[in-house]
Amino acid sequence: MAAVTDRINGLARRIPTGVVWAGATIPFVWLVWAAATNQLGADPVKAIELKLGLWGLQFLLASLCITPLRRLGLNLLRFRRALGVMAFFYIAMHFLAWVVLDMGLRWDEILRDLYKRPYIILGMVGLLAMLPLAVTSTNPAIRRLGPARWRRLHRLAYVAAMAGAAHFVILVKGWPAEPLLYAGAVAAVLLVRVRLPRPLRA
Amino acid sequence: KIEAAKSRFSTDAAPNTLSEITTYNNFYEFGWDKGDPARNARLLTTDPWAVEISGLVDRPGSYGLDDILKDAPLEERIYRFRCVEAWSMVIPWIGFELAHLLNKAGVQPGAKYVAFETLVRPEEMPGQTTRSLDWPYREGLRLDEAMHPLTILATGLYGEAMPNQNGAPIRLVVPWKYGFKSIKSIVSIRLTDTQPETTWNMQNAREYGFYSNVNPEVSHPRWSQASERRVGAGIFAGREDTVMFNGYGAEVAGLYAGMDLSKDY
Repeated sequence: MAAVTDRINGLARRIPTGVVWAGATIPFVWLVWAAATNQLGADPVKAIELKLGLWGLQFLLASLCITPLRRLGLNLLRFRRALGVMAFFYIAMHFLAWVVLDMGLRWDEILRDLYKRPYIILGMVGLLAMLPLAVTSTNPAIRRLGPARWRRLHRLAYVAAMAGAAHFVILVKGWPAEPLLYAGAVAAVLLVRVRLPRPLRA
Repeated sequence: KIEAAKSRFSTDAAPNTLSEITTYNNFYEFGWDKGDPARNARLLTTDPWAVEISGLVDRPGSYGLDDILKDAPLEERIYRFRCVEAWSMVIPWIGFELAHLLNKAGVQPGAKYVAFETLVRPEEMPGQTTRSLDWPYREGLRLDEAMHPLTILATGLYGEAMPNQNGAPIRLVVPWKYGFKSIKSIVSIRLTDTQPETTWNMQNAREYGFYSNVNPEVSHPRWSQASERRVGAGIFAGREDTVMFNGYGAEVAGLYAGMDLSKDY
């Protein structure tokens, strides 16, 4: 086991973080190209909205896997910032797609949804929870806050993940498996933290 | 090509493309994703097909599809179609009035409702191997809604036989109600004196009423019904206002005179 994790850690050290940043933008570039060339099916707006939201949740989940993986001896901490910031990017684009493409900038309906619809409210909670995380994702911001306060602030990622998963579960008709699987994954990456020994918690 | 007369009930709005109509379907018997029916429905055997007509009728029995169609006055009905999920299409159905078949079976005076059921055949309908809905899919109409000339049994679209994913070989179309009322691949029609159970109402009565008339003023508990996105209108087309009874108010509003449609939603 240790031999395997050492090999992976060694390999991971040689990968520049820029590779993760660049890789994380590929889905977005593909989506723009697919939309421009009419490859998103009969309802491209729904497809765009859904894919952006799903990728945001996936990147958020990936960033939340870094700490549990360290417990198994895998050190991928260098990539967490890219995963977290790209999660925010996709969720912000998901929000924009909703406002501009889905709601067609009908502000009265948008505002009514924002206080009346639980799944919209949950989605907004998730987005707003991620905003301070994105803003404090730079080295100077981390220095200014100090590591302890920065770490405490970044527990908002848990709020974002829970809100995002719940948002996905209640926006669909009925109980299809996919949103429930994501909710289970979020619960899993948060629950393993409850049992982590203090010094490793982050 | 199916020969069908034009109808005064057709909208002059431009229909969606055949590809849009046949690749974007809610038909949970074939899966949850809107692309699943187009992928999975080819498995469905639609010939032979029979519809069991039962309950308060003079001539109950199993009616073969040929028998149903042999004297049916087929028309092309270009209808607006509004999904409860707040998207819409325009679809050129081929069909005949449900009243024609009900009259053939002879509706008895005590009948007040019509109950419909979709085929159950899990070996050809993979969605039915899961318990995502309580099979068979069930729908129902009040008798006056069922006898209304806008209510049709559709057997084709765009001049061809009904594609499997759209509810082959015979489905209901009730254009002033949310799409889920227009039950697909019908095998049973039963005339009753009590309001029948309907699938989405059984699943969540607060969200899906028995009537489910298109109504911009009554929100779905989780989303607004005030506007809709027209499928095929383009990425930047935005939304259109949803119209009461999906624009068929002149024809059907009278059916609900005196009713509080925020209660009987």
